[in-house]
Amino acid sequence: MSTAIKDLSQDRQKRMIAGHYAELSHAKESGRKVVYTFVPGNLTELLNNLGLLPVLPEINALQSGMRGKTGDYIHIAEKAGHSEDVCTYVKADIGMLKSGNLGPTGEPLPKPDLLLLSYTGCFTFLKWFELLKREYDCPVVMLHVPYQGDGRITEQMRRYVADQLRDEVIPALEKLAGRKLDYAKLRQQLALSAQAESDLVWVLESAKHKPSPIDAYFGGVYYIGPIFTSFRGTQDAVDYYQLLREEVEQRIREGLGPVTPEGTMHEEKYRIVVEGPPNWTSFREFWRMFYGEGAVVVASSYTKVGGLYDRGFRHNPDQPLETLADYCMGCYTNLNLPDRINLLEKYINEYAADGFLINSVKSCNSFSAGQLLILRELEKRTGRSGGFIESDLVDPRYFSAANIKNRLESYFQMVEAKRARS
Amino acid sequence: MSQLIEESPAATGALAELITRATKLYEDLEFKTVRDWKSAEPSRRAIGFLPVYAPREVIHAAGALPVGIMGGGDQIEIVRGDSYFQSYICHLPRSVIELAVSGRLDAMEGFIFPSICDVIRNLSGMFKLLLKDRWVHYLDLPQNFDRAMGGKFYRHELATIANGVTALTGIEVTDERLRASIALYNENRRALADLQALRAQRPWLVPATEYYLLQRASYLLPPEQHTAMLRDYMRLSSQSARAPQDNIRVMVRGAFCEQPPLGLLRTLERAGCYLVDDDFVLGARFIPEPLPEQGDPWEALIDGFLYRSLPTASKYDLHADKEAEIVRRAREVRADGVLLIAPSFCDPALLDQPMLARALEAAGIPYTSFKYAEDTGQFQVIREQAGTFADAIKLWGNA
Repeated sequence: MSTAIKDLSQDRQKRMIAGHYAELSHAKESGRKVVYTFVPGNLTELLNNLGLLPVLPEINALQSGMRGKTGDYIHIAEKAGHSEDVCTYVKADIGMLKSGNLGPTGEPLPKPDLLLLSYTGCFTFLKWFELLKREYDCPVVMLHVPYQGDGRITEQMRRYVADQLRDEVIPALEKLAGRKLDYAKLRQQLALSAQAESDLVWVLESAKHKPSPIDAYFGGVYYIGPIFTSFRGTQDAVDYYQLLREEVEQRIREGLGPVTPEGTMHEEKYRIVVEGPPNWTSFREFWRMFYGEGAVVVASSYTKVGGLYDRGFRHNPDQPLETLADYCMGCYTNLNLPDRINLLEKYINEYAADGFLINSVKSCNSFSAGQLLILRELEKRTGRSGGFIESDLVDPRYFSAANIKNRLESYFQMVEAKRARS
Repeated sequence: MSQLIEESPAATGALAELITRATKLYEDLEFKTVRDWKSAEPSRRAIGFLPVYAPREVIHAAGALPVGIMGGGDQIEIVRGDSYFQSYICHLPRSVIELAVSGRLDAMEGFIFPSICDVIRNLSGMFKLLLKDRWVHYLDLPQNFDRAMGGKFYRHELATIANGVTALTGIEVTDERLRASIALYNENRRALADLQALRAQRPWLVPATEYYLLQRASYLLPPEQHTAMLRDYMRLSSQSARAPQDNIRVMVRGAFCEQPPLGLLRTLERAGCYLVDDDFVLGARFIPEPLPEQGDPWEALIDGFLYRSLPTASKYDLHADKEAEIVRRAREVRADGVLLIAPSFCDPALLDQPMLARALEAAGIPYTSFKYAEDTGQFQVIREQAGTFADAIKLWGNA
């Protein structure tokens, strides 16, 4: 491992995100209205178009998790009557709220002026905002995004989402913003979205190289940061992804492996596909368990929760509402189980993976229910080794480092043995 | 099975026979009732549906028998089902998978998975993979309760179900057939409403276990047979010598999907609670009022779902006030207290609980809460908790 040197893209991303939080912390003084919404199926272009500031509660929860705050937050929520069985993102958010609602920068986050409930691929989002509605007493606007139960988006589904956007969501946002949506600007924003999406896909697909210049899971969560949060459809996002792409191109030219917290990974021993979200409370430790063994994640499903672009979808400026509808319905957890398996199978084959690993998180039934069948199906179809570990998103009680490390080491030995046999 | 009858001395003769029949239906996890119904006519088909609600009228109008799949309760051993789910997933999908992979669901040609939570949603995909020869449909019930928006989308969903079932039966769902099915289910709704009213007025005539068994029977029997069963029960029970006991009146919320075992209901009654209202087998009376039998029958179903269906955790109607509704209902059925129960790991029910608890607290309605699983076998702790709750209300008027 070489010494960690921060890439320019990483610095740029940090500045972008810090700038966003700075804007949020001054939202009331500057008169900016604040909309809470979720990452999957987010409508960032609409919010930016109207000068509204998004807050994404899952991002707050995961950032709190990385800063070691969620153990206390969850405890506070459970003391207030929330069950130990339910999603810890929700409880971390409720606990954070009851502890002063301090954001990642340490400054209080503004209260929402509106809750935009687009519950793509996750029913818990629905309950989450029901709970927040009681806490903040602000209006809620609902966007029901149909699930791809039959593995496709029908014209009726597209029409339903586009109609809700036109007749309910946009009027509610316009009312809050005190101005009309600028459709000409929206088209420009969507063109910028598509541009950034193409570069993101290029970066993610760079992992097909050997050695892979990126880690598409642990590193990937940083790469998706800007486009999954408040920057899709902005020039900032386009610039960031161009810069990131250039850096990755350079790494390929130099034959370098991925950047890790301890520098460049030199020897790529295992190429792995990962299904499921990471654990955030011990993120670095979890990552180290991979790169310490020479394992690089070449593709992951988690980096598709806020938008699935590597099957060809790009935002289309010519059909603004329909394209937003397609985007929402196309997010990873909105795919049915057979399609999730098909996608993972494709990743395993196209990225020449040695195996695949499922990180099953207790909090997220949307991901987790059915993962054991995914494991069997993928092993059957690909003949590659599958591994299964369990943790949680932000509840530190459910991250057993020794247990996970043991399992991972055994798993990598299994991959090694299988490779030797073949 | 005969335990119920032995424990109710008043339930004799015809009433005992009727309860025995309902119990047999409850225990029929081989779905023999469905197989028998089908064997009477080779072209008959059956469609299973998961909790909470599926528009049974459409399935019926397409010539198929709608069959509610409520899991295996505490009656089946989970041999393979556990290997499909992690320990932190609720119990119902394990037993449903067990029913599926053991061939018990072979009596059904198709399955409908209503959109209530992520687990049931993903279970639909598992069925697509495991039962490739069957029709599997995920029913995306609208969360937009505007007729022009959610209603329009729901109409397509209803048409998809009609087409899916028609492809199996060969019987097209005409408006006329659908109106006839609505009329049959309306009769059933009236009978269920009468039973609920009887139970709320004189709960000693309708023990919780019997009420529950009658609800479950609606998930296996053709509607006209179930309506007749309900009418018979009410007549026989009203003629019985069952006497009131010194029980409190409780309302139950949170059991709309995975069902509590029968033993748990019996435990609650033994602990001194009359169950005067609940959300067990909610799909049987999800739209409690009769629907219009004239005009566009599809609109009648849409209107029923959007504007007349009962509140439950899997629905988020922005214009509804669930807190006001639970308080209103508790007062309407004169509940002395509310039991907020929930299956372990049930996100919708458990995330709902703090909101409902706060509403009850603000209204001064006593409540207590506990978790269960469909195969819970130990009831002592629950009995003590429910008994203490009942005693506190009897002694001091609150818990």
